[in-house]
Amino acid sequence: MQNVAMNGDQAIALAWKQIDPDVVAAYPITPQTIIVEAFSEFVADGLVNTEYVCAESEHSAMSLCIGASAAGARVATATASAGLAFMWEMLYIASGMRLPIVMAVANRALSGPINIHCDHSDAMGARDSGWIQLFGENVQEAYDDSLMAFRIAEHMDIRLPIMTCLDGFIVTHSLERLETLPDDVVKKFVGEFKWKRSLLDIKNPTTMGPFDWTDYYFEHKYQQAEAMKRVPAVVKSVSEEFARLSGRKYDLIEPYKLDDADYAVVAMGSTAGTLKEVVDGLRAEGKKVGSLKLRLFRPFPAEELARTLEGMKGVAVLDRALSMGAAGPIFPELRSALFETSKRPRITNYIYGLGGRDIKPEELRTVYDQLMHNQGETVNYLGVRA
Amino acid sequence: MTVTSLKLLSEREDRYVEGHRLCAGCAEPIIARQILMATDKPVVVSNATGCFEVSSSIYPYTSWNVPWIHSAFENAAPTIGGVEAAYNALKRKGKITEDIRFLSFGGDGATYDIGFQAISGAIERGSHFLYVCLNNEAYMNTGIQRSGATMRGAQTTTCPAGTCVPGKREFPKDMTKIIIAHDLPYAAQASPHNYKDMIEKAAKGFEANGPAFINVVAPCPRGWRFDSAKTIEISKLAVETCIWPLYEFENGTWRLTGESKRIAGGDRKKLPVSDWLKSQGRFGHLTKEKWSYVAEEIQANVDKKWEELLKLCKQ
Repeated sequence: MQNVAMNGDQAIALAWKQIDPDVVAAYPITPQTIIVEAFSEFVADGLVNTEYVCAESEHSAMSLCIGASAAGARVATATASAGLAFMWEMLYIASGMRLPIVMAVANRALSGPINIHCDHSDAMGARDSGWIQLFGENVQEAYDDSLMAFRIAEHMDIRLPIMTCLDGFIVTHSLERLETLPDDVVKKFVGEFKWKRSLLDIKNPTTMGPFDWTDYYFEHKYQQAEAMKRVPAVVKSVSEEFARLSGRKYDLIEPYKLDDADYAVVAMGSTAGTLKEVVDGLRAEGKKVGSLKLRLFRPFPAEELARTLEGMKGVAVLDRALSMGAAGPIFPELRSALFETSKRPRITNYIYGLGGRDIKPEELRTVYDQLMHNQGETVNYLGVRA
Repeated sequence: MTVTSLKLLSEREDRYVEGHRLCAGCAEPIIARQILMATDKPVVVSNATGCFEVSSSIYPYTSWNVPWIHSAFENAAPTIGGVEAAYNALKRKGKITEDIRFLSFGGDGATYDIGFQAISGAIERGSHFLYVCLNNEAYMNTGIQRSGATMRGAQTTTCPAGTCVPGKREFPKDMTKIIIAHDLPYAAQASPHNYKDMIEKAAKGFEANGPAFINVVAPCPRGWRFDSAKTIEISKLAVETCIWPLYEFENGTWRLTGESKRIAGGDRKKLPVSDWLKSQGRFGHLTKEKWSYVAEEIQANVDKKWEELLKLCKQ
């Protein structure tokens, strides 16, 4: 183990360096840029054996990843915001072809108006694309998720692409203490990538990406959905194995001081860290509150959430994205997860932090105050000038 | 030496086989088989969305006897670029030993229009692949809509000939020259009627040691409105009228080939564009007095482009 100071983007590039994927193809976009810059330096100095391709767009970057993955390579890429939106068509093809591509997403708002700062609109726009989505809270998690992602995506029960999401600027550009694993430990943990039948297997020519009529498309989509159902068990087992190496424990969700809590606030990404600070303050005042970090957004861990939040008096869901005309994207899914429970809490939604608007501990405290006083609309906005 | 004798070619393994569902008279399978005959090395193919892709890979069947991938419409070039990147990485690690060639097929929609940027990027990056454009001059797979390759005066379903508009108003973009502007090792135009010329060009493309591009005229009986028995005749006429000159660009040198070389040398007659326009229903409206100026403009443009090409080929 080694302690270093790094930002989130550098931590991801370091994880990839240790893994040494066969192919990295990417296109730079703020705030993901440092990942591809740092990785380019590893390539320039011969510190990795990776075939690194500078694509002319994100659409082509994902197309390159698809070709490389179908050809039997271990593949990584990174993007953000408009770049992820530009890949949208290819995301469905990557998952439909069951290609275990690993992609870091430096969460950033979508245009327009153009904005380079953090929110989760980009990843939420890709939530139905058949990719596994992990959200990290800080630099350490950006690194750890990057290591675990390959194991999860490449697991033979799954074979699906995965996004490791981290908050743009807040995590990508913030210098934090990072505990790294030695190269040989990483290599052993990640292991060798093996393809059963790749495009480069010229003795067994395979047709990939064929045309499905009405007679097969539905079955292929059903198989994908079934593979998604197997993801939580694999995330749990890979996380347990990782904990034995690193001492850092991860799960699908991370409850914080929830055991005896009456009220909980749910969040993803860096805000989950701020929430812990706020919970500590309220606990010191004797308030029975806690928080919950959603680590795995796709597949949605509905059962775990229901089990953990059942019986609470109030739950607030923080969404750093907005489905215009509806609510935040996490809110309806979480409310639906709790619908069948016998002791259903009151559940409200708070849209916050769009376009990188700072979220302050005082504001989060307001959310708890409203929860505890049975206040707030079904959907609320936090920190906006109305 | 490139093998072009029919006897020897007939002994080569079929890489694109029966059972595909392309229309009778379609030029695309003819072209594909000629291209695939041009190398005896293993080949991996990427295919853009289009007639050729949907007709050859209807699950659970396939006409492909070589590894083949289709991912989307606009990305055949970066898709095969990814395969090549994997090949380079795995070869370096000793996991692959074979010497493999990489090939992409795309229609004119995938090449001239929606995939233009992706092809340009792949060529600029120096990917080792041969890109073959199956140019039937419109979006045939979706039912004959105009493309950047559609000829001026041609009717399509999105540029119909009406009482005010004589079919497509614009001349096609010169994609082959645009590709050549990338200063790649090899680019050419070919036609399926001259299999020897096509196979020689494809062989050069496969061995170009960098990006190579061949733009092939692919007459479409449905879209162009001609008898499906006349595909080869029509493709020959495209060359004889100098609408589709046969030429190549090899390491900086421009060279006319096949009938085009003979026309330039005076050994063969350059046929008038009117022969071409009369041969296809898509130009039928141009025989009207009202649109006669369009036919004249097409002839003038063909002449201008031909003269430019002669200069480039130092003829």
